[in-house]
Amino acid sequence: MLSPAGLKQRSDFLQSLRLFFRERDYIEVDTPIRLPVLLPESEIFPYASEGWWLQTSPELCMKRLLARGATRLFQICHCFRREERGRLHAPEFTMLEWYHVGWNYLDLMRECEELVVALAVACSIFTGIANGGSLLRDAKEVRLTPPWKRLRVDEAFSAYTNTTALAALAEDRFDEILVTEIEPHLGWDRPVFLYDYPVQLGSLARPKPGAPHLAERFELYCCGIELANGFSELVDAAQQRLRFSKELAAMRSHAQPGTMPKSFLLDLSRFGDTAGIALGVDRLLMLFSGASCLDDVLPFSRDELY
Amino acid sequence: MYSASDLRKGLKVQIDGEPYIIISFDFSKPGKGQALYRTKMRNMITGNQFTQTYRSNDKFEKPDLEERTMQYLYSQGDEFHFMDTSSYEQIFITREHLGDNINFLVDNMEVQVLFFGEKPIDISLPIFVNLMVTRADPWVKGDTSGTDTKPVTVETGYQLQVPPFVEEGDKIQIDTRTGDYMTRVKE
Repeated sequence: MLSPAGLKQRSDFLQSLRLFFRERDYIEVDTPIRLPVLLPESEIFPYASEGWWLQTSPELCMKRLLARGATRLFQICHCFRREERGRLHAPEFTMLEWYHVGWNYLDLMRECEELVVALAVACSIFTGIANGGSLLRDAKEVRLTPPWKRLRVDEAFSAYTNTTALAALAEDRFDEILVTEIEPHLGWDRPVFLYDYPVQLGSLARPKPGAPHLAERFELYCCGIELANGFSELVDAAQQRLRFSKELAAMRSHAQPGTMPKSFLLDLSRFGDTAGIALGVDRLLMLFSGASCLDDVLPFSRDELY
Repeated sequence: MYSASDLRKGLKVQIDGEPYIIISFDFSKPGKGQALYRTKMRNMITGNQFTQTYRSNDKFEKPDLEERTMQYLYSQGDEFHFMDTSSYEQIFITREHLGDNINFLVDNMEVQVLFFGEKPIDISLPIFVNLMVTRADPWVKGDTSGTDTKPVTVETGYQLQVPPFVEEGDKIQIDTRTGDYMTRVKE
């Protein structure tokens, strides 16, 4: 359980997040966390709730609001993912998600830089922050001054592994190699954007114009830790339906329930180019406060609830 | 059956017909990717360690492990004989298998023997045992050489460092986890 001082830091951190987005004319929303249908994602397992589901991300509801004409939305909410527990995972965690109509993933990378820099200034007295805006971790100093490095997924594979992204994907070892051989190196000088994933790994991301085998998707890494996942949104409803069918087939093969999110697909055709991103609030707070695991920055850890 | 999401430090699972204990465990999952359970295990029979990454759909059998309270009876060559205190069944475990445990085994001592199926694979000693000192150099009063311990031998043949006042014939308490001297026991 957090001490009053820990709670105050968490509260200050959340307020700074809100201030950043309010100053940029984003509207804060609080969409339902219990839903009758989720976006089909075969590697994310939801908790059932009386025949409905607890959200694994606020993406579905937020995109439907964009379809009603909103252009800049953000949300700070709890998300639930079954079977995720560890130093960097909790089955209930806090997500920051934001969308900007008219932008693509490159614009979002820039805003990510600005967000983290602004937060580091606002939270400069936190234990994990020093020298006017560097992160301190494992006796290393990670400078936050932009621009941060942009590293393509194929470049990362050739720099840190002896295989390629496509070969790893074909052997069903992409995630394993990413986690064990690439991630530990990322974001120790400055944070790093890993970007341009194979299109199969961006179910909700737009294919890159001129390179349809790639998805306009990026992940932000800092101190070897994945902090955020953003993309240029796929807004082609027909293509999205096709991808969901594939996800649903994969889910059925593992006896995982799932349904086609029909109203989501209807709404998807009603908005133009948009970029969206989800950031793990607890993880960023963990880095800022110099904590070693997620539990150290949560008001309650799971074990303390009994 | 256990599934990958049950894996945690200390859990015992059966792989290829042998029991393993998980000695370290790390969950990782790239954003929207596969859950990976990076696991380091020790074979509970051979002591060999290995590291393996498991996925959500991997399943593990529960090993048939049972702990039984047994009394140490005697040793004959390299065989150390024990008796089940409830069924009076007798078994033996080899010296090689007992490893450092033999340093602290004295007749009639109660221990926990871990069985994998019918096979005894490990024993747990009491944390503290009292053993007789069988050989110790006398303490020279006024010795100012600066050493504050001296070596002694106990009844099992085990040697350890103790404070200088411990003498032959004394009983001393030893922590079996570390093999260290704890205190002198008055009986």
